[in-house]
Amino acid sequence: MKYIKQFGIILSITCIGEILKYFIHLPIPASIYGLIILLLLLMTNIVKIDDVQDTGNFLINIMPLMFIPGAVKLTTLWDQLKSIWLPIIITTFATTFIVMIATGKSAELILKWERKSNEPNIR
Amino acid sequence: MNQIFANSTAFGFVLTLIAYGIGVYLKKKLHYQIFNPILIAIVVIIGFLSFFNVDYENYNSSAQYISYFLTPATVSLAIPLYRQISLLKRNLKAIIVGILSGVLSSMVSVWGFSKLFGFTHIEYVTLLPKSVTTAIGMGISEELGGLVSITVATIIITGIIGNVFSNILFKCFNIVEPIAKGLSLGTASHAIGTSKAMELGEIEGAMSSLSIVVSGLLTVIIAPLFSNLI
Repeated sequence: MKYIKQFGIILSITCIGEILKYFIHLPIPASIYGLIILLLLLMTNIVKIDDVQDTGNFLINIMPLMFIPGAVKLTTLWDQLKSIWLPIIITTFATTFIVMIATGKSAELILKWERKSNEPNIR
Repeated sequence: MNQIFANSTAFGFVLTLIAYGIGVYLKKKLHYQIFNPILIAIVVIIGFLSFFNVDYENYNSSAQYISYFLTPATVSLAIPLYRQISLLKRNLKAIIVGILSGVLSSMVSVWGFSKLFGFTHIEYVTLLPKSVTTAIGMGISEELGGLVSITVATIIITGIIGNVFSNILFKCFNIVEPIAKGLSLGTASHAIGTSKAMELGEIEGAMSSLSIVVSGLLTVIIAPLFSNLI
C-alpha cells in the first residue's frame, strides 16, 4: 500500500505538470513544472517527505538506465550527422568542459570568499 | 531476431538491464573513470543490435518503457532538493553566481566555436541549448529554428561527457566543494550529470537537481538573446 500511495502522489503531480505544459506555451517540460510543484508541496507540508521518499528514491536510483534507450537512438541519426559530426563533437566536448569549469570554479570562489569573510566572527 | 524483439515486451528492457549490469561490473573491476556504466551499456547495446541486425524501433518497442519513467523520476528530484533546502538558502549567492556563469559561458562558448568552425545560423541555434535538460532544449531549438533531432543528440552526448569526465575535471581544476561539484554537473550536463552527482553524494545531487531547473529556465530566457549573433 505504501508504494501505491507514493507512486500515486508522484504520478499525480506529473499529470498536473502535463496539464500546465498544455496551457502554458513555453519550452518548459512537464517534469520541471512537476519538480517545482512537488518542492512547493513539501515546503508547505501539504505532502510529507515520508509520503514520497521511498518511491522517489527508487526512481532517482534507476534514473541512469532511463537515458540509455535515447542514447542508443543516436545511431539512427547518423545520416543527418555524418557531414558535420567532427566539428559538432569537438564543440560539444569543449563547451561542456568550459561550462563545468566555469560553474564549479565561480561557485567555489564565492563559497571560499564567504567563508573567509565569516571567519573573524567565529573567532 | 528482429521479429523476437518487435513482438517482445521485455527483450529491449532486459537487454538494457544486462548491458548496464555489465557496465557496473566493468567499472568495479577496472576503476577507470572512462568505464562509465551508461557509456558501456550504450556501446554494448549498439554492438548487440548491429551484430544481430535488430532495428532500433524493434529494440525500443520494449526499451521505451524504461524511458517512460524519466518524467516522474525528474519530478522526484524535488525530494533531495527539499532535504537540502537549508543548505540551499545558506549558499544562495554561490548558487546563483555559479549557475549564471555556467549558462553564460555555455552561450558564449557555443558562439565562439560556431564562429571558429563557420557554422550556419541553423547549426548554431541547434547547438545553443545543448547543456539543458532534453525537453527544454528541444523546445528552445524548435523555437529558434534549429534541427531538433541533432539538438537532442548533442544534449545526450553532453550529458554523457559530463557524467564520464566530471571527476577528472574536478581533480585537474581542483574543484573540491560538494556544492560546487553539484552545480557544475547539473548546469553543464543536466539530468545525466545529475545521476552522477547522486552517486557522489546527497549535497551534490541536490545542487545538481536545482541546477537543472534554474539553468533550464535561465536558458529559455537567455538563448533567444544570443540566437541572432550568427
